[in-house]
Amino acid sequence: MYDLDDAFSALADPTRRAILARLATGEATVNELAEPFEMTQPAISQHLKVLEDAGLIVRRVEGTKRPRRLAKAGIEAIDQWLAMLRKALEANYDRLDEVLAGMGKHKKGKKR
Amino acid sequence: MSKMTLKTEGDTHIIVTRRFAAPPEAVYRAHTDPKLIQKWLLGPEGWTMPVCINEAKAGGKIRYEWTNGKGGGFHITGEYLELEPYNRIVHVERMHLPDPTPDNHIETRFEADGAGTLMTMRMTLPDGKTRAAMLATGMERGMEASYVRLEGML
Repeated sequence: MYDLDDAFSALADPTRRAILARLATGEATVNELAEPFEMTQPAISQHLKVLEDAGLIVRRVEGTKRPRRLAKAGIEAIDQWLAMLRKALEANYDRLDEVLAGMGKHKKGKKR
Repeated sequence: MSKMTLKTEGDTHIIVTRRFAAPPEAVYRAHTDPKLIQKWLLGPEGWTMPVCINEAKAGGKIRYEWTNGKGGGFHITGEYLELEPYNRIVHVERMHLPDPTPDNHIETRFEADGAGTLMTMRMTLPDGKTRAAMLATGMERGMEASYVRLEGML
């Protein structure tokens, strides 16, 4: 059951956001997820449990391994992030539009 | 309405395109003149760039420092590899958080498009994991901004 509050608090942690971003590139085992974070496996497992309880990721059983992948809610969270990144870039380029408009007005001569 | 596109390509690329209502020369200068860069390359609202070093020549150094005026901040460093006024810039950059992230190799092209310019920025990260981390870091700033806004509302 997808709970918005759980998802929101699960996302309030930078490590968990990075884990989701990593899973956006494909399924990964706990070991693979722990590698870039310099964290112990139990610490990563704790983060994974929070993400799982929030319905953002799911696990699969493969022998002794339990690879994780994004659930639908996790994919939507990533989409939201990308939208925010896009917004930050768009804010930059909207400002650049104004800078360019100013350059055209104030400058007639050319510099080489 | 939105003039910008942002997409991933393969495992390691991010491609951003944007159209501008000014000729390539102006857009190129706005990317290489520190005084102009400080006016627009700022990210979320409330951030400024007090330090902007930009030596626009092959081998020249880049250093941008951002602050939110409340003790938050980070910087990037980089080097120019190639500059072809007013068509193409190739440089590498890395974020310091404070440990440096792997190099992001960026080719920026400015093509005349009618009376304006089509800019195409092609970023290449060393691997898929790094790209995911980079997107997460970029998202991070947006996320933090929205959490700060939320705190203000609660």
